[in-house]
Amino acid sequence: MKFAYYPGCSLNATGIEYNVSAKAVAKHLGIELWEIPEWNCCGASAAHNTDHLLALALPARNLAIAEAKKLDVAVPCAACFNRLKSAQQAVKHSVATKEKVNKAIEMDYQGSNEVKALLDVMTSAISSDMVKEKVVRPLNGLKAASYYGCLLVRPPAVTQFDDPEDPQSMDQLMKNIGTDAVDWSFKVECCGAGHSTAKSDVGLPMIDSILADAKVNGAECIVTACPLCMLNLDMRQKEIEKINNKSYNLPIFYFTELMGLAFGYSAKDMGVTKHFVNPMPLLEGKDLLKHPATRRDEV
Amino acid sequence: MESLNLSTALSQGRGFRDKISSLSGVNFTDCYQCGKCTAGCPVAFAMDYTPRQIMRLMQLGLKEEALKSHSIWLCASCETCYARCPKEIDLAKVMETIRIEAKEMGYRPEKTIDLFNDLFLASVEKYGRVHEMSLIVNFNLKSGQLFKDVGMGPQMLQKGKIHLLAEKIQDNGAVKRIFENVRNMGGDAE
Repeated sequence: MKFAYYPGCSLNATGIEYNVSAKAVAKHLGIELWEIPEWNCCGASAAHNTDHLLALALPARNLAIAEAKKLDVAVPCAACFNRLKSAQQAVKHSVATKEKVNKAIEMDYQGSNEVKALLDVMTSAISSDMVKEKVVRPLNGLKAASYYGCLLVRPPAVTQFDDPEDPQSMDQLMKNIGTDAVDWSFKVECCGAGHSTAKSDVGLPMIDSILADAKVNGAECIVTACPLCMLNLDMRQKEIEKINNKSYNLPIFYFTELMGLAFGYSAKDMGVTKHFVNPMPLLEGKDLLKHPATRRDEV
Repeated sequence: MESLNLSTALSQGRGFRDKISSLSGVNFTDCYQCGKCTAGCPVAFAMDYTPRQIMRLMQLGLKEEALKSHSIWLCASCETCYARCPKEIDLAKVMETIRIEAKEMGYRPEKTIDLFNDLFLASVEKYGRVHEMSLIVNFNLKSGQLFKDVGMGPQMLQKGKIHLLAEKIQDNGAVKRIFENVRNMGGDAE
């Protein structure tokens, strides 16, 4: 199984541990990821809020390079996934749009290749049994709240993945690696994306409400598939605790990191030591980093 | 809002309404004002006009109110409204379409959001990718919030989460030409 791989800008910087863990876990499951050479930024919200053609053309250049190799594209970042999939659909379904986009990118792109979120690949192309087979350190008793956010599942006409109101794919994946999936109400709520930086009086309360709902439903950690959600929930958590004078201490993980830990990779190799909210006390407190046979009896 | 004559407003705003309708692909008469969009909107608490009210402004052709609203800048494009709309109206697309028009006409009531987007795209045009470090430094300098998020800097550098130097892709100028071509063609994608 081979995919073109579009990491996106965040996975080279603030989301570096997502990149590292995604590549390791994919390899472990026999998925070959061919990184699109000299890929460019998808334009993110900045492009589609500024210019509709630019918002399609920037992702299309990457997709055209993959299409020339006859490869479908796997995208770890939820936001990039949404932009790439929107561009692919727009080009596929409108001849006029295709002509304009191709003129802008000076390439020939037909929109024939599929764009898939990496979470989709790991939960549809890879079966539950294949995942379970690889688990050597089940994350038993870890109460994990799967957080999908906006752009993996909305708008459904574009994303064509899971249920837009109560998605289950990540929850099932987390169960397959041993965690207790937490049922909660904010799994598809918006974290405010760039508002935490550009308009923090609006962005920070949005993040706070997500952390609060996870906590009240008994989550010990939140699992995400988006580097911007990670930035907001993890790196801004301390700031939010300080402003609101409360304590969450909720570690945030990428789903690929937890898969890697369950597959036997070290916490350092999966990059979880790079998080701002230190997850090691939680993982060590539950003795999850050892093989089940050597774990403490009572945890 | 002062009282106004709706027939006059509509006759003056019809051109604008039709333009936004055509660019966004949304027919404003589809909306029957049920308010489900506003009920689910995670940013409605901060908006001057709720999402439902933005639709109402468009139905009535109230151009100035729509163009000057903060709501079109605060919309996070989370698409909750579109996913839940019983008439499948892509209201987030309407928000961004009005916003693009507003920006072109010089209405920018949310200056920091506008600045952030401009700097983001400038980084993409220059390097082919976003360089987060220079984006944040530039944003702080130009928005007059010198010390915003400075506390996160050392930890980010230490953990290898941010790079001092930008990485420029070797694309032989392909991304720069995309920006140029789009400028020459005008932004309409259809």
